[in-house]
Amino acid sequence: MRNTAIIFRRELAGYFATTLAYVFIVIFLALAGALTFFVGNFFERGQADLQSFFSFHPWLYLVLIPALSMRLWAEERRSGTIELFLTLPVRLSEAVLGKFLAAWCFAGIALALTFPFWITVNLLGNPDNGVILASYLGSWLMAGAILAVGAAVSAITKSQVIAFVVSTAVVFVLTAAGTSIVLDLVRGWAPAGVIRAVAGASLFGHFSTITRGVLDLRDLVYFVSIIAGFLGANALLIELKKAD
Amino acid sequence: MLEIQNLVKRFGPLVAVDGVSLTVPRGEVLGFLGPNGAGKSTTMKMVAGFLAPTAGTAVICGDDILTRPLQAKRHLGYLPEGAPAYPDMTAIDFLGFVAAIRGLRGAGRKSHLARVIEMMRIGEVLNQPIETLSKGFQRRVGVAQALLHDPPVLILDEPTDGLDPNQKYEMRSIIRAMQPEKAIVISTHLLEEVEAVCSRAIIIARGRILADGAPAELAARSPRHNAARLTVVAAAEARLRAELVRLPGIASVEKVSENHQAILIAIPHDRRPIADEIADFVRAQGPAVSEWRIEQGRLDDVFRAITAPAAETTEPEPVRQAA
Repeated sequence: MRNTAIIFRRELAGYFATTLAYVFIVIFLALAGALTFFVGNFFERGQADLQSFFSFHPWLYLVLIPALSMRLWAEERRSGTIELFLTLPVRLSEAVLGKFLAAWCFAGIALALTFPFWITVNLLGNPDNGVILASYLGSWLMAGAILAVGAAVSAITKSQVIAFVVSTAVVFVLTAAGTSIVLDLVRGWAPAGVIRAVAGASLFGHFSTITRGVLDLRDLVYFVSIIAGFLGANALLIELKKAD
Repeated sequence: MLEIQNLVKRFGPLVAVDGVSLTVPRGEVLGFLGPNGAGKSTTMKMVAGFLAPTAGTAVICGDDILTRPLQAKRHLGYLPEGAPAYPDMTAIDFLGFVAAIRGLRGAGRKSHLARVIEMMRIGEVLNQPIETLSKGFQRRVGVAQALLHDPPVLILDEPTDGLDPNQKYEMRSIIRAMQPEKAIVISTHLLEEVEAVCSRAIIIARGRILADGAPAELAARSPRHNAARLTVVAAAEARLRAELVRLPGIASVEKVSENHQAILIAIPHDRRPIADEIADFVRAQGPAVSEWRIEQGRLDDVFRAITAPAAETTEPEPVRQAA
């Protein structure tokens, strides 16, 4: 646990040691704003809620979160520091967890910096702040799930570009699984159980339930299992592939 | 202190390390020698707990790297090949991170940091990002990291690579100074380094240990061990050569040209001492021989003979252009 905290601090400081952190936050906020106001028709809807803000998060994260996760292990492998890191007296689980938590915390900071949206909507009307809080939580959980996927993909390559592209593809499949495009593909031939499973695997589906204000235990379990599963895969892939 | 037991590593069909066993006691500096791809780094990676061996294990101060990895790693200071370090971190932040992971805190942390910073002379670059440092400083930061917790066992993969001659000299002095309290393994491809710091040398090729002994012992296996090297007057060279060959103790005579001087190398049968015989011979020749000495043999001859046996046997009796 102590080692996890030490690794967490080093990783988080690493984001702010380069311009990455600032570039990421600025782009994230700019894109979130543009999507909310121009594509989401925030004002035209005339509703005091943040639906138009949160509904774009899956697509925003699809592009931006893999940019955050791509360096987690690929960079260690490319620079050879993985050999130094993993020959220090740390458990692999502490290493995986420390890195993930730092990235997740950073995503949380970026998300928290969208608070002007929340202030705006409160100034304009009387939104249901409970729903907004749940949506923030759901958004953060979804960011964590995507980060966990990205971390596992980053573990198998030395190239950050490959890590980015593959993570985006995997996350796209995970996100789009609940949309009608994918479901229609399956619906023609697969049994009902498979269709339910595909729909149930969707990040989008679980996230949109939460943004509607329904904080269901099943959605929490879903996100936590995705995170745990992919972090487990991350550790396994490092163990198997660290040599090459 | 360090015990390597029958380590084997296969990468698919390739056998990178093929049954390496050795024991390094306290007070020994073991030089790991071998051509590129011989399995030096792979062996070190397995001992340090980075690579899982296909078979065998390593025991560091009683802790098996496979069954008690955390304990074993605590006894070990390890400099990986290429001295990797986080490029964005400053040297002091990097050392601070390693100190934290090593469990150093408070006054202990301060004194350990001060000790390695002083030893490696990196005080002036502490606040610079590691990526901006010269290769020499990067290497020294890497060694500082390995020495930070004053470990009883040290494994350094090419500790002097990228250092200038003065820094190399310093690094070797530091290694020699640590020798009494530690078991140290260094890998290098500089044979002079082995002679300068190692109490024992191991030559490894194709994953196997081919020679193991004190550097002087290994050098004695050179075909030129105990050979006599005579600098002679050019005009008398042919005659002297013919006379030398007729001496009973001498197997063959090679001619070497060096700086426009004629040099003859008289090689004895089975590396037997021939100093007396040559001394008598030189006395009889008077001024025709300007200088002579007995050679100890060179480690790089032995290294070549051991690591490239096929090439060596097909070569005819060599008449070398330069020594």
